[in-house]
Amino acid sequence: MARAKVARKSTSIDMTAMCDVSFLLLTYFILSATAKEPDPLDVKLPSSTYKLKVPEKDISILTIGTGKVFFETAGPDVRAATLDKMAEQYKISFTPEERKRFSVIGSFGVPIQNLKKFIAMDGGERKKSGLETGIPADSLNNQLSDWILNARKSVAELHSEGMRVSIKGDAAEEYKTVKKIVDILQKQKINKFSLITTAEGGK
Amino acid sequence: MAELDTSSGGGKKGGKVRSKKSSTKVDLTAMVDLAFLLITFFMLTTTLSKPQAMDIAKPDKDEKNDQKLELRASQTMTILLGKNNKVAWYMGEAGKSAPEIQNFSQIRQTILDNKKKVKESTGKDIVMVIKPTDGANYKNFVDIMDELLITGIKTAPAIDDENILDNEKAFMKQQGIL
Repeated sequence: MARAKVARKSTSIDMTAMCDVSFLLLTYFILSATAKEPDPLDVKLPSSTYKLKVPEKDISILTIGTGKVFFETAGPDVRAATLDKMAEQYKISFTPEERKRFSVIGSFGVPIQNLKKFIAMDGGERKKSGLETGIPADSLNNQLSDWILNARKSVAELHSEGMRVSIKGDAAEEYKTVKKIVDILQKQKINKFSLITTAEGGK
Repeated sequence: MAELDTSSGGGKKGGKVRSKKSSTKVDLTAMVDLAFLLITFFMLTTTLSKPQAMDIAKPDKDEKNDQKLELRASQTMTILLGKNNKVAWYMGEAGKSAPEIQNFSQIRQTILDNKKKVKESTGKDIVMVIKPTDGANYKNFVDIMDELLITGIKTAPAIDDENILDNEKAFMKQQGIL
């Protein structure tokens, strides 16, 4: 009797569909990943075992290092609205072009008087210009307090949410400087805020 | 590479000479490998690069509201943060018990010991008062808050950087950590 022939099948699998799917996912992840904005103020964060994630919306981040304070608020719409309010308060007018440019600037640390000049520069020049002297935060000229207050108002108007404040402090910064900033927050009745830390391994 | 020759080997008998058709199939295995590697990379970096946050609540500072909560001396442990990464701690009231100077590596054990002691003697949880002084740096403050989390202190710590008592200051000056 003749042996039954087993049909030999090809071992190659059609990878086209799999390739399609994986590139679709790849494209999605690349696009959804937000480009990391370079921090103008280089801070070394202290580490902790806290595992709370920092929200991405409705938040302002104060970066503290070498005695200077930099301010950043999340979202281009909030940034533009905050700038409008600041402009009104300090009697400085910004053109729509300047508003647009400002809304993509992340963390900045210039007094509002120099802000116009600062906006006009491009990324590389900003760092070199020496304009970034930190936002004035003393009792006579407390622009930081105004920035925070106006950002809170903008967040409340645009998103009807309470804004969170996070502090990103350099590990070696004196507690005195941090306390000064915290006191400004507490004057506005912000008694709860978060400190941004890096994750500590283990435990 | 990924394809085996499975043709049955016949076809030589036919008289016609056929022009050899090269396969139009491209081996996509390597490409898929690469794509998945990149997917993994982007997935992990987007979720892992998020910084961690520590929530801090400070007592309300209202000029009009001058109420002060008294803490029971038997269940209070005060930690003073000084310079050179040193801390001073004492139990109960200031001045009645001599503070002790410690490093950050030792304080965890101390907190655990005191927590146990307070629980045994009063049946209540320990209350922590953290007093960062001007000599301390930001890292010390974060570290001590972290120690409280690690040691499992459930009650919210009182962070008091306003009322650093004179005898506390005097002691820290004497020990050279202020």
